Parts: sequence; C-alpha cells; structure tokens
Amino acid sequence: MSVTPFIVLSAILFTIGAVGVLTRRNAIVVFMCVELMLNASNLALVTFSRANGNLDGQIAAFFVMVVAAAEVVVGLAIIMTIFRTRRSASVDDASLLKY
Amino acid sequence: MTTAMTAHVLMHAPPVVDPSSAHGVFSILWLVIALPALGAVVLLLGGKRTDRWGHLLGVATVATSFLLSLILFISLLGRHSGNRQVSQHLWTWFTAGSYHVEFGLLYDQLSALFLLLITGVGALIHVYSVGYMEHDDRRRRFFGYLNLFITAMLILVLASDFVGVFLGWEGVGLASYLLIGFWQHKPTAAAAAKKAFVINRIGDIGLSLGASLIFVTFGSTSFAVVSANAHNASSGTLTAIGLLLLLAACGKSAQFPLQSWLLDAMEGPTPVSALIHAATMVTAGVYLIVRSNFIFSLTENARTGVIVVGCITLLMGAVIGCAKDDIKKALAGSTMSQIGYMVLAAGLGPAGYAFAIFHLLTHGFFKANMFLGAGSVMHGMDDDVNMRHYGALRKAMPYTFATFSIGYLAILGVPPFAGFWSKDKIIEAAFGDNLVVGLCALIGAGVTAFYMTRLMLLTFLSEKRWEKDVHPHESPTVMTVPLMALAGLSAVGGLLLVNNWITTWLSPVVGAHVEHKLGVGSVGMSLIALVVVVLGAAIAWQLVGQRPIPTVAPEKVSFLTRAARADLYGDAFNDEVIVKPGVAGIRGLLVFDATIVDGIVEGLAAAFTAVSNAFRHVQNGFVRSYALMLFAGALVVLFALLAVNFG
Amino acid sequence: MSFPWLSVLLGLPLVGAVLLVLLPAGVAAINVKRAALFISVAELIIGASMALRFHNGDGTQFTEKHEWIKAFGAHYALGVEGLGLSLVLLTVILTPVVILASWNDGDEGRWGPKAFFAWMLALEGLAVGVFAATDVFLFYVFFEATLIPIYFLVGGYGGPNRAKAAVKFLLYNLFGGLVMLAAVIGLYVQSARHHVGASGGPSYLLSDLSKIDFGTDVGRWLFLGFMVAFVVKAPLFPVHTWLADTCEEATPGTSVLLVSILDKIGSFGMVRFCLTLFPEATHWATPTVVVLATISIIYGALMAIGEDNIPRLIAYTSVSHFGFIVLGIFVLNSQGLSGSNLYMFNHGLSTAALFLVGGYLIKRRGSASIKDFGGVEKVAPVAAGLLLISGLAVLSLPGLSPFVSEFLVIVGAFVYSPWAGAFAVTGIVLAAIYVLLMYQRTMTGPLREDNAGITDLNVREIVAVVPVIALMVILGFFPKPLLDMLNPSVHHSLVQVGAHDPGPNVTPSGSSDEGGAK
Repeated sequence: MSVTPFIVLSAILFTIGAVGVLTRRNAIVVFMCVELMLNASNLALVTFSRANGNLDGQIAAFFVMVVAAAEVVVGLAIIMTIFRTRRSASVDDASLLKY
Repeated sequence: MTTAMTAHVLMHAPPVVDPSSAHGVFSILWLVIALPALGAVVLLLGGKRTDRWGHLLGVATVATSFLLSLILFISLLGRHSGNRQVSQHLWTWFTAGSYHVEFGLLYDQLSALFLLLITGVGALIHVYSVGYMEHDDRRRRFFGYLNLFITAMLILVLASDFVGVFLGWEGVGLASYLLIGFWQHKPTAAAAAKKAFVINRIGDIGLSLGASLIFVTFGSTSFAVVSANAHNASSGTLTAIGLLLLLAACGKSAQFPLQSWLLDAMEGPTPVSALIHAATMVTAGVYLIVRSNFIFSLTENARTGVIVVGCITLLMGAVIGCAKDDIKKALAGSTMSQIGYMVLAAGLGPAGYAFAIFHLLTHGFFKANMFLGAGSVMHGMDDDVNMRHYGALRKAMPYTFATFSIGYLAILGVPPFAGFWSKDKIIEAAFGDNLVVGLCALIGAGVTAFYMTRLMLLTFLSEKRWEKDVHPHESPTVMTVPLMALAGLSAVGGLLLVNNWITTWLSPVVGAHVEHKLGVGSVGMSLIALVVVVLGAAIAWQLVGQRPIPTVAPEKVSFLTRAARADLYGDAFNDEVIVKPGVAGIRGLLVFDATIVDGIVEGLAAAFTAVSNAFRHVQNGFVRSYALMLFAGALVVLFALLAVNFG
Repeated sequence: MSFPWLSVLLGLPLVGAVLLVLLPAGVAAINVKRAALFISVAELIIGASMALRFHNGDGTQFTEKHEWIKAFGAHYALGVEGLGLSLVLLTVILTPVVILASWNDGDEGRWGPKAFFAWMLALEGLAVGVFAATDVFLFYVFFEATLIPIYFLVGGYGGPNRAKAAVKFLLYNLFGGLVMLAAVIGLYVQSARHHVGASGGPSYLLSDLSKIDFGTDVGRWLFLGFMVAFVVKAPLFPVHTWLADTCEEATPGTSVLLVSILDKIGSFGMVRFCLTLFPEATHWATPTVVVLATISIIYGALMAIGEDNIPRLIAYTSVSHFGFIVLGIFVLNSQGLSGSNLYMFNHGLSTAALFLVGGYLIKRRGSASIKDFGGVEKVAPVAAGLLLISGLAVLSLPGLSPFVSEFLVIVGAFVYSPWAGAFAVTGIVLAAIYVLLMYQRTMTGPLREDNAGITDLNVREIVAVVPVIALMVILGFFPKPLLDMLNPSVHHSLVQVGAHDPGPNVTPSGSSDEGGAK
C-alpha cells in the first residue's frame, strides 16, 4: 500500500483548513477549519500507524479526538456567549484582549 | 638637657600597674560609682514623681560618694607606699578570641586624687545648683544629668582597661551633650551640644584606634598587661599609640586643634560649665596621658607632640580670654589655657606628670570657684553675661567678690595661693626641658594675669554700667557656701606640695620624679614668674582700669583683638575647610546616588519597559493575526529542520 | 525522638497566619490584633525556652532531618548553632514588638489588619526557617519565600508610592535570588559528581557539602553566585538603593522586619555558606569585599547626613552598619567575626527602636521630612528621650549594646590592616553627625506652631519600645551570654575557613602578666 495518496489528501485538507483559519472572519467557520486541520493530521497519523505496523499513531489520533471534542465544548460555549452579548460572531470584532 | 633626660628615662623604665585584689574597706569601691549612677537612674526614670526631692537625692548620692572616697583615701594613706594599687574585678565585659575585656576598677594613688576631686568639687557644684536652678521647672532632670556626668567621670578614672576608660570617656561626652544642650529650646544651645559631641567623637577616633593598636601590639588593653610589656614594643609603635592617645586627649580636653567646642559649650547652665571645666571632662585628657605614662615615658616623639599641643593651646586660650566680653567665655578661654599647662606638664614626662596632676587639682578648686562665682554674678544680673554691663559689683555681692578674688589670686599664681605652687612648678619644669617651651609657659602666665585682671576690673571694680531695671544682689546661702568652700581650697591647695608630698605620693604610678637644676634656682624662677605676672596685671590696670569702659564693644580694634574675639578663627577655619566642602560633597553624593548608582538600576528598568512597550503592539487582539504568526513560526521551524537535515 | 523545637517555631506563626486569615469577617479588628499578638508572644516564649536548652559550644543543635526530594538530595533539615540561634531569637523578640507598635498601621491599608498581621506572622515563620535551615535547597526556598510577605506588606500598607517601591524591592531581590539559584544548581551538579550524599547520590545538606573540595575556579564562581544575592540582601554599596526606597514607603513595622531581620539573611548567609563552603574563594575575595564594606560604611553615613527623610535616613545608617558587619566577617579573625555576629543582633535592636520611634513621630506629624519638625521635645518629651536613646544606640555609644560589636569590628579591621581600621573608624564620627543632626533638627529649638499639636507617646507605644531599649542597655554592659553563645560558632567558622588570629606583636615578658590575658 502506498501512503502517498493519503498523505497528499491530508496535506490538501490541512491547507484548506489553514487558509480558512487565516481568511475567514466568522468564528464558527474558523472553528470548523481548525477541526479540519486536526482531522487532516489525524489522517496522517493513522496512515503512518498503518505503514509502520504499530499502534502509536492511532493512539495519538485518539488523543487528538478527545482534545478536539473538549475544545469544541469549551470553544462553542465561548462563541455562543460572545454572540449573545455582542450580536456578532466575527473574530475581528472581539479584539478587546490586547495591549 | 633633653637627651640627658631621655637617657635617664630609659634607664628607669616606667612603673608597672600591678594591683592587688580589693578586700576589706576597698571592696566598697564600686559603690563610689554606683551611688551617683543610682541617683541618675532614679531621677531620669522616676519622672515627675521625683520632682520634689530629686535635687536632694542628687546631692546626697554625690556627697555620700565623696565620703566613701575620703574613707578609701584615708585607708590608702594607711597602706605601705608599694602596696597602694587595688583592683576590683566586677565582671567580664566581653571576649572575642584571645581578647578579653574585664569590667574592672583600678584604685591607686592617681585615681584616689581624682576621686576626691570629682566627688568633692562635684558635690559642691551640686549644692550650688540647688539654688541656681531653683526656678527651672526641669531641675530634677538637671540633677539626673549631673549625676550621670559624675558617674561617667568616675568610671573613666577608675577603669582598669582602655576600653573601660572609653566607656567613661563617651559617657562624659553624652552627659556634656545633655547638659550643654540643657536649654535645648535655644537653637544655639542645641548646636553647641551637638558640636561638643561631634568634636569629642573626632578625638574618640584616637582612643578607638589607640586601643586597637594596643591590642594588636600587646594582645590586651588592660593597664596591667600593657604597662608590663610596654618596654618590649618598638619605638614606632609606641609613638603611634602615644599620638593616637594624644588625639583622644585633644578632643576631650579641648586642646588645639579640637578646641573649638569649649567656648560654645558655655551655652549650658553655669554649674555645668563649672563641672566641665573644673572637676570633669576637660581633665580627662590629662588623666589619660598621665595614666598612660608607661607609654609616654618611652616615646620622646609622642611627648614632643604633647608639649607642642600644650604650648599652642595655653597661648591660644590666653589670647582668646583677653578679648572676650562674655564673662563665661573669658573663663572658658582661661580653662583652655590652664589645661594647656597641664598637657604641657604631662608632655614633660616624669619631670611633669605629678605637676600636671597637681595643677589639675588646684585648677579644679579655683576654676570651679570662679565659674560658680560668675554664675552667682549672672544670678544677680538677670542672666546677663556681658561684662561691659557689670562694674562695681564688689559692694552688691560681697561674698561673691571675696571668694572670686581668692580664685583670681590663685590663678594668677600669687603666693601663697594654690595656683602659685602648681603653676610655678610647671614653668620651672618647662624651662628645665627647653627654653622655648619655658618661655611659652612664662608668657602664658603674663597673659593670664592680664585677662584675669581685666575680668576683675570689668566685673567687680570700676564704675557701674548696669542696664536699666537690674538690681544686683547677693546669691542665697546655698550658693555662697560652696563658693566659700572652694575659695578656702583655692587658698590652701598649695599644701599638697609640702615636703613634695604629691610627687612622692604619685611616684609609684608615674615613676620617680626627675629633678633638674636651673641656672637661676627654684626661688629665682618663682621671682621671675611673679614679676611677669605683676607686669601682666599692671598692663591690664593701665589699659582697662584707667580708661572709661564703653558698654558696647568698640569696633575699631587691632587685628589681634578681632582675631581673639573670633576665637582665633578656629570656627571660621573649620567652617571653610571642613563644614562647607563637606556639605557640598554630601550634596554631590546625594545627586550621585540618585542619578548614577540608582540611575543605572532605574535606567535598566526603564530600558526594559521601553522595549516591552515597543513589542506589545504585536498583541493587537486579532485572532487571525495571531494565527498568521503561528503559521509563520511553524514554517520557520519547518524550514529550519529541512535546512539542518538536508542542507 | 526529641521535641521538634525549630519545626514548631517555624510552623506556629505560619499556621497562625492561615488561621488569622480564615477568621470570619465578623470578628472585630481588635480581636484579630490580639490574636496576632498572642501568637507572637507564644512564639517568643517557645523561642526563649528553646534558647535555655541550648548548650554553648556543642555545635549545631535541635537538628531535624527528613528526606524531601531524593533526586536532588534535598532535605527538610533544620538546626541552629550560635549565630542561627541568636538571629532566631532576634526574630521572635522583634515580631511581638513590631505587632504591638504597628497596632493601628494595618487599618488604613489595602486589605485591612487581618492580612497585615497574617503577613507579619508568615514572615516570622519564614525568617525562622531561613536561619534554621541546614540544607541549601531548603534555605533557598525560604530565602525566596520571605520576599512574598514583604512584597505584600510594602505594596499594601504604606506611603503613596508603595506600589513602585514594592516592585523595586521584589525585582532587586529576585535578581539576587536568581543568581543564587544558578549557584544552588551548580552545587547540585558538584554534589552529584562528588557523591557526597548518604547513598552516594547528590546532597544539599551543609554537612555533606562542606566535605567537597570544589577546586579554585568552580569554588569561586559558586561563591560569587551566593555572594551576589547576599550583598544585595545585606545591602552594600552599590546595590543598596532599594533599601531606602522601600523603607521610605513601608510602614515602620515593615521596615523593622525588613531591615532588622530579613537583611540579616545576607550577612548570615555570608558566614554560614560563603565562609563555610568556599574557604579558598573567601580568601580570594577578602580584599575586594573589605574595600566594598569600607566604602559602604562611609558612603552610607554620608548619605544619611544629607538625607531629609527620616526612614530613608535610617535606611542609609543601616547601609553603613551593614558595611561594619560585612567588614567584620571578611577580616577573618575572631575579633571581627565575633563583633559582626554580635552586631547582627544589636543592629536589629537599635534600628528597630529608631524606626519605631521615628514612625510614631511621623504618624503624628503627618510628614517624614525632618524639615517639618522642630522643637518637638517641648510637647513630646518621652518620644524625644526614646528617640535620643535609640539614636545613641545607633551611633554605638558605650553602655549600649551596639558599642561592643562595633568596637570589636574596628579592632578586627585594625588587626587585618590598620588602614581598614582607620577608614572604618571614621564611621563613628559620621554616625554622631547624622544622629545628632536629626535629633537637633526634629527635637530642639523653639517649638514650631505646626508641631504644637503633636502629642506624646501613649502607653502601648512606650511598652512596645521599652523592652528593646532595656535589652540594649543590659547587653551593653553584660553581652557575655550572647557572646558565649556566638563565640564557639565564630571559632568553628574560622577553623573551616582556615584563618588564624595573629598573636600580639609583643610577647609578654614574665609569666606573672598572663593573668590578664588568659
């Protein structure tokens, strides 16, 4: 089995996610892009796990999933609160935490 | 003659302090100190409760001390002359390594005389103060300070160790500080007190370093050890010790160049001046030199220093005394001068130690007498001290006049009064040492006659120049009785010289007395001195007594008079050379501390703040900009890895 | 197992501090203060009974040792010899004094009296820990921990610029601590390399570390690491400026705890660590440190003469006195080191008295500037008397305890080099000037109208200061108990550093003269 297609797919997904994080203003979309990047790296991890014939990569992928789930819980809650108080989900509007 | 004397001294090493332990009647020695100390503690801590009887307690403690001193003295007389040194060990003061300092007392022929002088004259001054300070609402505190003064001085002369002397030494400094500044609401009094203490502390440098050098040299600072080993030390070391002790003596005894505090010290109440000038304080320097005779006898160079200081001061003080209109300051100049005589005598070595002490005793009598007399005059003149406002007081104050006159005759050195015997011996010994020194002493005697006659004329004789509403009156009995007692002592003090009693008495402590024959003989010398004295008095009679005395000091006077009025520019010199540059230097140092030392630290902090301020703008609050930086960072790491792995 | 005296002394105030904070909000302020005073007095009683059980000359006593972090070789190890015990005693004596004297100083602060006294108690406990630690790592932990209470005491209760002063204090001392941390880590590396621990591993115990021969280079670097921290702490020129700034803003009580107790950690550390662990480096550094100390003596005194602000003035007098203390340590002879050890205790007393009495006056006048006083003796004679006595103690008047120590340091300096003695001794004249100038300007002269409202001290204030002054008088005439406690540890330090006292230049002639010398 060649790992190349999987890795290329992972790279494409990661790039889409990264560009999305950098360019989109809506917090929800940014969040989804982050998830995309995490899943891209999960794909790479699982691929290498398979290729190397051990479970290290899969375990790491599980960790990433757990962290991602926790992150979603907290992150969405924050976005909800910001939206309720400011009537906007734009990340550029929420720039109070600065120098 | 000087070299001959040195050889003589070297042949006979100075005596060794080798006391036997105190027992019998001598075991009460500590009480002599403890009584006035107790008085001071009770009066100063007791507060207002002791106001009513405080002064009586003060008098009683010192008087009892005097009685004890008398008992001790008589017991000492009863002992064999080789067995008259008694020591009392109280407790170990401190120990460090091989250095032990004992809290011990040494009672010998020298301290015995001092004990009598301090407690005797001190008690009379206490009695006098009861009347003098009657209307002062802080009289109780005054007596507390007086008792403290006596205590400190007793510790000074009884201590058996240089560090013990230092305790009394500084205690005297403290007590004088408190007493000179007793009327501390007067800024001049407060300043004079501080000045006295600070200048004394300059002298203390000498005592501190002297004690250190003594420890380094002998491994101990007790008189017993040092005196036993002094002859083994190198002459350079001995000279250094001698000069350091001389510096100490200059501070306490107001000798040149540390003399300037003494005239300002007249800000204190008059009994204090009497105490400082007669029985305590200024005599401490003379005591130190005579006590350290085991050092000074072995070092010609240091003794030369002592003689020079003594000569300069005796002339300076006399000149200053001539121009002062303030009766207390004129007397203060006289004290400087008389102490100069004692220091000079002490510097003569074995030929002069005993006479230094002899003059110290007689001076203690007549100077206390005259200072208290001046206080009595001031008491009657509403505290006016300007002699130009006095005149013809002999009728208004007959007792004061009579007693003062005896003091006057004594200080002049008119036979048979006390000063004649003691001063004459010093002049004689001075001529025996060196012609110049002898001439200095002789001229000093003439100048003394001049200013004392002037003082007498201005105060008691001539016509009255009283201010309005001043009604001179004689002081109460409680003040005149001490005057009479002191006048009596001033008259008969010379008896101590009968059969050379004092030189014989002191010889176990200061070494055998060295006689030297003068060309003119002893009687001839006395006659010459008497002629000079009469000459000085006659000039004063001519210049002061035969002319009208203006009530305001004339402005157009000779340079010498102006200089003498300004204390021979001692203060001006200190001001220009030490105080002003010092103040400027300290100002500069404050700026240096704030701008350079602290400035570097604060500047470093400011630089960090500035850099942080510049960088914090990166933190702009936009999530996407943070994300961009994150990616940029990741890319840098990536390329760095690639460069390392494949480069 | 014997009674853990030191752990109790360490723990009691810390627990007390926590309890104080946990008191319900309803408890009246006066009861909070009483509780704090009660705890500190209990601590004093325990400390005193411990001191009575101390056997002079038996080395380190009341030892406790428990393994703490095995990987580092760190232990919870406590024990005191003479010097440590004297400073523990100083701590437990001064804390109740300070609490009583600053009775109302916590009321106006940021967090009220509860936190104020809690921090003070915490500081007391930590200070005991510093002086009792026989493990370098434990010492370091306590050393840094003492900064926390002072930071809050200065930052929360004090003058208008207290925040800046607190930060300056913290950063300055953290910097010193950081350099020391590097040296502490270096010690770990060395101890691991030399296998000095009980099981062949690393050890931070002083007793183990003192067996190591570090070699010239390593020893000197490690010495410098410790020395920098200690020189900042016991401020020597040129790293002294934080002290004046901090004292200017802090309450008098805080200043006492800082200057009288905490700054002693610096001089204590020099004796306990620099001398004991790095004898070679000590000899190497001696000339430099002696010069620096002598400069500090004169520089601090001159600054004090020129200073108008009373707390700053006192701070600068302490710079001068720390110069004496450090000078005495590094001349490496019995007289100097005994004097220094004694001076640490005496300086604590004299400076405490001066800070407290000065603080009483400042509080009444509402100004710390000497210019604003004048003639106060007339309305406040008791305050004037106490100020004068404290001042006289600071200028080392014989009869008060600092004299003995200062005299011994001067003698020690003179033994080391007459020049060192001669320069140091100018300090006594300058001391007379700064103390008497301050007294003259504040207390004497005609009473100024704006000072007429100043009242004399009340009973509480007098009761707080009098024990300190009484102690100074007693130790001035009879310092023997303290010296007997200190001298064996002085001897021990000198043996470890390999220094010998030079004998007298003149050998006594005849055996009968030995009586006075031995």
